[in-house]
Amino acid sequence: MNDPMDFLLWTKGPAFEWAVAIFAFGLLVRVLEIFIIGRRPNFAEPRAGEWGPGLRTVLTRSIADGGTFQRAPFNVVVGWIWHIGFLIALLLFIPHLELIKSLFGFAWPGLPNPIVDLVTAVTLVALVATLVHRLTHPVKKRISTFEDFLVWGITFLVVLTGYLAYHRLINPYPLALGLHILSAEIFLILLPFTKLTHIFTAVIARWYNGASFGRRGVAS
Amino acid sequence: MSELTLERGLAALRAEVDGPVAAFFSSCVHCGICATACPFYVETGDPKYTPILKVEPLRRVWSSEFTLWGRLMSTLGLTKKVTDEMLAEWEELVYDSCSMCGRCSLVCPVGNDIQAMVRKTREGMVASGHAPEGLIAASVRAVQTGSPMGLQWKTLQVQIEHVQSSTGLEVPVDKQGVDYLAMLSSMEVINFPEYLEAITKIFHRAGVTWTLSTECFEATNAGIQIGNKDVAALLVQRIVDAAVKLGVKTVISPECGHAFTAIRWEGPNLIGKPYPFEVVHIIELLDQLRASGRLKTEGKESDRLSMHDPCNLARKSGVIDQQRNLVNLVAENFVDLKEHGKFQWCCGAGGGVSSNERADAIKMAAFKRKKAQIEEVSPERMVTMCATCRTQLEEGLEEFNMDIPVVGLTEMIADHLVEK
Repeated sequence: MNDPMDFLLWTKGPAFEWAVAIFAFGLLVRVLEIFIIGRRPNFAEPRAGEWGPGLRTVLTRSIADGGTFQRAPFNVVVGWIWHIGFLIALLLFIPHLELIKSLFGFAWPGLPNPIVDLVTAVTLVALVATLVHRLTHPVKKRISTFEDFLVWGITFLVVLTGYLAYHRLINPYPLALGLHILSAEIFLILLPFTKLTHIFTAVIARWYNGASFGRRGVAS
Repeated sequence: MSELTLERGLAALRAEVDGPVAAFFSSCVHCGICATACPFYVETGDPKYTPILKVEPLRRVWSSEFTLWGRLMSTLGLTKKVTDEMLAEWEELVYDSCSMCGRCSLVCPVGNDIQAMVRKTREGMVASGHAPEGLIAASVRAVQTGSPMGLQWKTLQVQIEHVQSSTGLEVPVDKQGVDYLAMLSSMEVINFPEYLEAITKIFHRAGVTWTLSTECFEATNAGIQIGNKDVAALLVQRIVDAAVKLGVKTVISPECGHAFTAIRWEGPNLIGKPYPFEVVHIIELLDQLRASGRLKTEGKESDRLSMHDPCNLARKSGVIDQQRNLVNLVAENFVDLKEHGKFQWCCGAGGGVSSNERADAIKMAAFKRKKAQIEEVSPERMVTMCATCRTQLEEGLEEFNMDIPVVGLTEMIADHLVEK
């Protein structure tokens, strides 16, 4: 696979299929691991149902309460910036939407390239800031594991290779694009086996939290 | 009691893993925001007090035994195991520096109910022999004497006689067929006997039929604080038996936070079935009496009052508006602390911390968060509705030379009853 075009075709072909298969299988296992264990029956007379409060918390937990914002402004602001930046680049970049359309038969309008470009640059800077924070903040230093840096690394690589490919900073172009696709595939493969799982399981966790507090009459 | 071993501890942790635990650990991104919600971290700045770190023993068991990937890694010997040395180190984190106040559970961005997992982790700590002496002693006393402080009925009987002579009212004992069974906490009986007098007067004026039980007067549950379901279930069952025997419709949890969590929310699950009666906190009942016009007061306190919400009552049980309705009934100059209700800050003494003498220094360190909150609004007095919180507030304010008396809400209401 010395030819960059062969490499690109490999990333778009067999590598892509393997990555999606591992991702899908891994994620299915992770979600099953949660639901198969389930919960014991709760005999305490509830003050409210679980579904409404659970769904409420799924939405509201995205916004930090005022006190947390004051005490952890970096976490809240930079966290928001890079998550939204990542989502914009992923879901509103026109070439990504073409891929989505080719896979699912439908897509939605994207944003002009220069805007996505700017957002991507901001996201890269924000991601570097989160790494510095993780390496220097006492709490993050204490609780960080190898996995945190692995996940940071692959997330950063996905965005960085996309940025480099768009600006033709790696040549030839098929190599640049192939590297971007490959890093996205590694991201997909790692997702079910690392904290990246939160992309899917945080919804479940928030629901359980909202349901548990909700049945006791507290909007969590 | 059979021997406490690491194996038993691991089995207890295993038994605590459920769907929510799996969802929570699957979702943690190590952001550390939980630390900013913990008074023990905020006031010491020591990152070992980060809440999610406190449940690491439970996480290790979940990861290595309840996930496909973890099992694979475990088979290859690549996972970190829970050892006796680890649990010995974690004892301070799980007990001394956690009041299970639940504030972390309310701020975690991915929704992890960390407090609930600390509660679960304690089951493993007890079973492996890593619980603090103070809590073990309280649990043994609770099982053997009915009270975590070793208080006996005869002591309460003396108080009952005092109340009867000072009020001229009967304190009903073992009365069949009344509506309510009132429970007490030993801390209240010893430190705040005015509570019993207050409810005697209030119930008399409001026409509430009630009784105490000689078979069980203790509402608190040392089994829940230490983290032992067998002890906890035994203590709850005593209340259930007393209530059923007297045929009451409702059991009243006293001015105590964790007792309410224990009876109201954990109790039915500990005994494995719903109760044949309701459970209300005294503050809920007083607010019901207020709303129905049965609680009539006159006059108002004129000094500047503020309020400490017990975590177990507000954040963990949804009793938030009731105490404000009541305080506004009898106070004209009430101001809330800035973060109150579900976002209030713990006094630092709950969750068994106050029964664990070894934790005295860090308990007082955590109190500094509450102190800072109180300083922000400069009240002349503080009102609360939990004997443990009240004791901690009194001791803490004295420690920092702040001349702010602390009063129980129920007794304040009783002071304003309309004379018949």
